Amino acid sequence: MSQIDASATHAHDHDHDHGDDHPAHLGHHWENSKQQFEAGKLGMWLFLSTEILLFGGLFVAYAVWRANHPEIFKYGAQFLDTFWGGLNTCVLLTSSMTMAMAVTFAARGKMVAVTICLILTLFGAAGFMVIKYIEYSHKIHEGLLPGISFYEEPHASHLWLPLDELGHEEEATEALIAEQQSAAFAVETQRESELPPPPADAIVWTKSPAATGPEGFTDSKLKIETSELRLFLPESVVAKVEDALPMLEYSEHHEAGELPHLTHPLQDPERPVNAQKFFTIYFMMTGLHGIHVIVGGIVITWLIVLTLIGRFSRGYYTPIDLGGLYWHIVDVIWIFLFPLFYLI
Amino acid sequence: MGKHEHGAVDHIVPIRMLVGTCIVLLFLTAVTVWVAQLDFNILNIPSMNLLVALSVASLKVFIVAMIFMHLRWDRSFIGFLFVVACLLVFLFIGFALVDTAENEPDIIPGNSQQVQQQLDKLAVSAADPAHSEGGAHGDDHGDAHAEPADDGHH
Repeated sequence: MSQIDASATHAHDHDHDHGDDHPAHLGHHWENSKQQFEAGKLGMWLFLSTEILLFGGLFVAYAVWRANHPEIFKYGAQFLDTFWGGLNTCVLLTSSMTMAMAVTFAARGKMVAVTICLILTLFGAAGFMVIKYIEYSHKIHEGLLPGISFYEEPHASHLWLPLDELGHEEEATEALIAEQQSAAFAVETQRESELPPPPADAIVWTKSPAATGPEGFTDSKLKIETSELRLFLPESVVAKVEDALPMLEYSEHHEAGELPHLTHPLQDPERPVNAQKFFTIYFMMTGLHGIHVIVGGIVITWLIVLTLIGRFSRGYYTPIDLGGLYWHIVDVIWIFLFPLFYLI
Repeated sequence: MGKHEHGAVDHIVPIRMLVGTCIVLLFLTAVTVWVAQLDFNILNIPSMNLLVALSVASLKVFIVAMIFMHLRWDRSFIGFLFVVACLLVFLFIGFALVDTAENEPDIIPGNSQQVQQQLDKLAVSAADPAHSEGGAHGDDHGDAHAEPADDGHH
């Protein structure tokens, strides 16, 4: 194209402080700034191609899993909030625009405007990660996770704690929670009525408040509910037990109507087999994308520093242009991730 | 093709065009969200919603690549790189899906009795998860050793 014609060869030098044909930013092995710029751009695009292929592998996994088990994806997508996903799309698109603006201002030599645009882009990256943090912590809190974590038994009434004797709960806490979780895994999807008897060594506390206290023991067993836990155990222990019970919180949100899907997967008889696979591919793909957003944020920060120390000029802004390309490819990947996960 | 400002290393995209592009992209995002809520099943086309969503996404990526990523004014070789990468991913997905669609574990007749029993059991549990005790534990192969084959080897 015309811009690689020899006529453009020394065009930048007219504006450059050095005034000779070999400015400071130009590597000695390049003919001119134009050639250096084009070579850098070609290298960046080669790298971006490998990025597309990197995500391509995950898109293949998504396609095959979804082709084999469409019901898992239809089911899992209900737990993603289109509002947050759509907002993140808008944040990324806008930050892509400010990044492209930074390149335009750089080519015109307006470095103050470049700094402002880069800072706005950095805000976009940070905003994206904040929204992602909100979404991730929500899912982690509810136990909507890949693999066996998804099957953590949430019912308070199913909480069987093996206690040796009253007064030793605190020392036993870690073991209690671990045992509760392993027992919970064994009974993962069974309904309350189908629960097996508690392990032989478990102490079951009676549910009746009237029967609390040492005299209230029925044989050597007590069944615990968290509300009654407070009567017996230090607050720190209760807090730890409650941490293991995402379902309690979920139920409260449920009753308050804050969650669109009303049945937690663990209680849902309609839940398809292997529903956790949706969250496996969700966390893999959005996680890898999130890592790219963080890297992009680091690159933009570095560009802001270089701009502030006056490294760039009309004739040399290659890092801004190439960093911008990286930021746009992050946007491109998200443009596909958004409908594939949030809009099923 | 856009004009080259004097002394520039590269073509400069006007700010106004960038803002307009962003507005178009935001509009297309709203369109995708809206379209996803429609039910295309009345047209009797399977996964129509998915096709529409991916088409809009592809259009958005095309716009981002052409304007924001500057491909419209770059050497055609750079655009060639981008297109080849996308085509390779497309090819990868396409062949993987063809393989998934064509996969038939019992296509070769003459499985041994034990293998056939296992295949039948898997087919039943896949068709009706409620019948599968092992499947309820979230493990594809959970019932592989559930019962010994009583009538094998006779």
